[in-house]
Amino acid sequence: MNSTAEKKLDPDQINVILATDCGSTTTKAILIEKKNGEYRQTFRGEAPTTVEEPAADVTVGVVNAVTEVGELAGRKLIDENGEIIRPAQGDTGCDIYISTSSAGGGLQMMVAGVVREMSAASAKRAALGAGAIVMDTICSNDKRLPHEQIQRIRELRPDMILLAGGTDGGTQKHVVELAELIAPAKPQPRFGGTYKMPIIYAGNQEAKELVEEAFDEDVKLTTVANVRPVLEQENLAPARDAIHDLFLEHVMAHAPGYNKLISWADAPIMPTPGAVGNILQTIAERQGINALGVDIGGATTDVFSVFDGTFNRTVSANLGMSYSISNVCASATLPMILRWVHLEMDPRELQNRIKNKMIRPTTIPQTKEGLVFEQAVAREALRLAYIQHKEFATTLKGVQQQRTVGDTFSQNTSGQSIVDNMKLNLLVGSGGVLSHAPNMNQTAAMMVDAFEPEGMTVLAKDSIFMMPHLGVLAQVHSRAALQVFERDCLIYLGTCIAPRGFYRSGRTCFQYQISGNSLNETGEMVCGEMKLFPLGYDESATVIVEPRRGYDFGAGSGKRMEFEARGGTVGLILDARGRPLMVPADEQNHLAELTSWVEEMKLYPDTHLMAQR
Amino acid sequence: MAKAYSPGLQIRQRVLHSSRRILPIPGDVLVKVGDQATSQQIVAQTFMPGDVTPVNVANQISVAPSEVPGCMLFSVGDEIHVGDVLARSKGIFGFFKAETKAKTAGTIESISHVTGQVILRGAPLPIQVRAYQAGTIKEVIPEQGVVIESEVTFLQGILGIGGEAYGTIQFACQDKDEPLIASLLDESMQGKIIIGGARMTGEAVIRGIEIGVAAIISGGMDDEDLKEILGYDLGVAVTGSEHIGTTLIITEGFGDIAMAERTFNLLKEREGSEAAVNGTTQIRAGVMRPEIVIPLDEKMKAAPQTEAKQEVSLGILDTGVPVRIIREPYFGLLGEVGEMPTELQTLESGSESRVLEVILHTGNKVIVPRANVELIEG
Repeated sequence: MNSTAEKKLDPDQINVILATDCGSTTTKAILIEKKNGEYRQTFRGEAPTTVEEPAADVTVGVVNAVTEVGELAGRKLIDENGEIIRPAQGDTGCDIYISTSSAGGGLQMMVAGVVREMSAASAKRAALGAGAIVMDTICSNDKRLPHEQIQRIRELRPDMILLAGGTDGGTQKHVVELAELIAPAKPQPRFGGTYKMPIIYAGNQEAKELVEEAFDEDVKLTTVANVRPVLEQENLAPARDAIHDLFLEHVMAHAPGYNKLISWADAPIMPTPGAVGNILQTIAERQGINALGVDIGGATTDVFSVFDGTFNRTVSANLGMSYSISNVCASATLPMILRWVHLEMDPRELQNRIKNKMIRPTTIPQTKEGLVFEQAVAREALRLAYIQHKEFATTLKGVQQQRTVGDTFSQNTSGQSIVDNMKLNLLVGSGGVLSHAPNMNQTAAMMVDAFEPEGMTVLAKDSIFMMPHLGVLAQVHSRAALQVFERDCLIYLGTCIAPRGFYRSGRTCFQYQISGNSLNETGEMVCGEMKLFPLGYDESATVIVEPRRGYDFGAGSGKRMEFEARGGTVGLILDARGRPLMVPADEQNHLAELTSWVEEMKLYPDTHLMAQR
Repeated sequence: MAKAYSPGLQIRQRVLHSSRRILPIPGDVLVKVGDQATSQQIVAQTFMPGDVTPVNVANQISVAPSEVPGCMLFSVGDEIHVGDVLARSKGIFGFFKAETKAKTAGTIESISHVTGQVILRGAPLPIQVRAYQAGTIKEVIPEQGVVIESEVTFLQGILGIGGEAYGTIQFACQDKDEPLIASLLDESMQGKIIIGGARMTGEAVIRGIEIGVAAIISGGMDDEDLKEILGYDLGVAVTGSEHIGTTLIITEGFGDIAMAERTFNLLKEREGSEAAVNGTTQIRAGVMRPEIVIPLDEKMKAAPQTEAKQEVSLGILDTGVPVRIIREPYFGLLGEVGEMPTELQTLESGSESRVLEVILHTGNKVIVPRANVELIEG
C-alpha cells in the first residue's frame, strides 16, 4: 500500500472534495461541495491526459483539469508551486483529493492457469475484477507449444502475472510446470528496467514452496490464497487485493508522474474500472436488482454486471472510441457499422476518418455527419464488448451439476452465461460517447441497439462520467459518494420494453396498452417498428403488452405481461425490432427502416432545437 | 480560459537534440563521454538469454519425475550439443535402459524433480544499439547505454510503419501538394530517404520497396493502401516492428492531404543530408511519434540561426500560434489561432464545446472545437 492509504480523515470535517480520473485520453476533474448539509457535485473540468511527451507527467493534465474546475467554481485549487491546496479555507483549496487512473493504458496483466476453463478462468476473473486488461492467458491446454508460450510472455511485457492452478491439496505437478515455464522466460516489465516483475501465485497452497523454488530473485513473488480452493468455489478477493497493492507499489510508481500523483492523493489511487465496478455493485445491492453497466472509453470498453448478486467485469482491451477505434472497425467491419448510418457516406473517406481519429484521439465530431458515424461505431464497440462479457460471465466450468428428472430435456451444462437480458432491470451507460452525447435520446438509442434489452429495462446514464470518481470516494466517504450518486450522477433516461423473438416482416409483434397520469395510449406494434412515448422524469406508467406467438416478454411465448415503467429524460420506448436485433438486408428497406427509427426516436433534430433543450 | 493545453508535432529547423539509446537488458557500453559517434555506429551491446526448450525427460525415459535428477548425465550449467545423451534410466537389473538425446543445443538451466522437466537454454542472442543520431556522447549510463547530443533539424510525423532507417534525403515530389506516385521513383533512389508531397499511393510504396529505398515520407496515405501493404488492418497505432522492406512516415494524416508547407520547406533545405528516421509510433501513454533527425553539418553550425524564435510555450494554445486543424470539415488546413472565446458554443453536431477561431492561410476564419486543432511546434 502506498503511504496515503494510512491517512486518517474525519468525514465530518470534509466539505470540499476534489476528484480526478486520469483516463487514457482525457483527465476529468469534479468538485463536490457540502451545501446545506448535503454533498453535491458542483463543477467539472477536463484536459488531455499528459503521460506523453512533451509533458510526460500525469500531474500536468491533473493540474490543467483542476485549474479549469477552479476557474469555473471561482475557487483557487492550485498553488504557485502547481500543487493542490489543502485543506479548504474560504474560497481556496479542497479538503481531500482523490483519483482514479487508467492512463498509461491501465494495468496490463497475463494470467496463467492449469486448465483454461477452470483455474485459468478464475485467475482471469480475478485480474479483470481488479481492473486489469488481460493480455493473454497461458494454460497447459492452450494448444501452444511451450516455447511459443515462453516467447509470448517475453513479447507482451505485462505489468504483472497471476499464476493459478490446482485445488488445495490436489495435484501439484501441473502448476509447478507452469511456474517452470514462466521463470525462464524472464518477463520484462513495461515501465523501466529497474523493478522486478511482480508474480502473484494464487494456486494450490500445498505447491507453494515448489513454486517458490521455480522462481529466482529476478521476480517478486507474492503468494495469496487459492483463487479456486475447491472445484465448486472461487475465492477471488485475496488475489484481487494483491493485484491492487502491487499495481500501486510497482506499476503506477513507474509510469510518468504517478509517484507525484500518489503523493498528492488522500486515498489509494484505483484503476478506473475497479472504481466503476464498486459503485455499480453498490447500486445493485441497495436496490436489490440485476444491473448492467458499461463504460466506453478511448482505449477500452468495460462492461460490469450484477446478476442475482454475482458481479462480473470484463475489460475489452482495444475496443474503444479513440485509440482503439480502428480496431472496432477491423473487428466489426465497415458494413456492420454502416447499418447504423442513415446518411450517405463515402466508405473510402470513412476508413481514412477512422484512422485519423486513431492517430489524433482527442478530437470531437464537429458536424452532424461526423457525430452519426461516431455513434454508429460506438454501437458496434458496445455490442462486441457485450458479447465478450456474456461469454466470460458464466457459471463455474468443470463443476458437476445435480440434475433431476425435470432437467432431463434441458441442455444446460456448467459454464452457462449468467447474463440474461430478460432478467436485466437497469442498464447504465457511461463514458464519453454515451455521457456527452448532445441528445439523450442518442444515448438511449445506442444502448438499446447495442445491448438489445428484453422485457422491461430501465435505462440510465452517468450524467458527466462521474462513476469512477464516486467509486473511489465510496472507499473514503461513502455518505458523500451515495448522496452525489443519487442526486447528480445517475440520469434516468426512461424504460425500454421489447420482446424476445425473431423479426418477421409485416407481422404484428404485440399489442400494448399504456396508462399513466399524462400518458394513455393503446395500439399495435408491427415487426421492425419503434415507438417513443413521452414519460416525464418523475412519472411512471402501467404498460400491458400482449405478444403474438413467438414473442416473449418474460412470461413465455405469446403470454400477456404487465409492467410498471419508469419515466425519464427520453421517455418510454417500445421496440418491436426483434431479438436478436436484425436489420433488413436490402439497402433500400434498410435505409427506410433506419430512417424511421431515427425519426421516431428524434435522434438528430436540428441543432438549434437541441440548443434550446 | 484564455489559453489551453494542446499537444502538437515538433518541426524544428535547428535544435539541440538528444537521443537516449538504451539496451533492453544490462550489457556493455562501447563508447565514452566526449566521443563522436556516427549514426550507424554500435554504441552498446549485450546478449539476451537464449530461447528455452523444455524437455520432458521423465516422460521420455519413463521414470518418475523425482528420479530424473539421478538419471541426468549432465548438470545445471553444462553445455549440451545436438545428439548428446541427456539422461539415461537405470533400467531393470541394469538392462532395458532408456535414454533421451538432445534435439537442440544449449545450456541446462534447470532440472525439476517435481515435473521431470529439463529446461535447455539456447545460445545468447546478441542485441546491439546503434547511435542513431550522429553526435557527441554526452552521458554514459553504465551497463545500459548512452545519451547522444547534437544540433539537428528535427521533425515529427504523425504515424510511421517500420523501425529505424538511415539514408540521404532526396525529393521525389517538387511540390507539397503533389501526390507521390510510382513513376516518380527510380533505381537511383536505392538506400535514400524519399520525400513526397501529398498522399503516397500504394503503388509508390510497393515501387519503393522494390527499389530498396530506406524510407518514404509524405503528407498522407490511404487506409486501404496501408491495409494492402501490411496485409492486415492496423487496429491500434502502435507500430515500429513491421518488416515491409522500408520505413514509411506520414506527416499529416490519412487521405489526400498535402504535407505542411513548413515541413516540406524544411526538408527541402536539408536535401542531400544524411538523416536517421524512425517510424516507431505509439499513440498511447508514453507516446512515441515517428521522427526525422538530420544532424547539422559544420557549415550550418557555424552559421547564425535564421529561424525566427517562436514564442510558443510547449503545448499551450494561444492567440497567434500556428495550428493544424485535425478533424473534418476542415481537416488538414493550417492557420493561426485567432480569438479564443471562453463560453461554450453549440457545434453543428449539437455538442457543446469550447472553440477557437482559426485564421487560415487564405485569410478566411473558421470556428473549430479546441480539441480539433494541433499545435505546430517549432
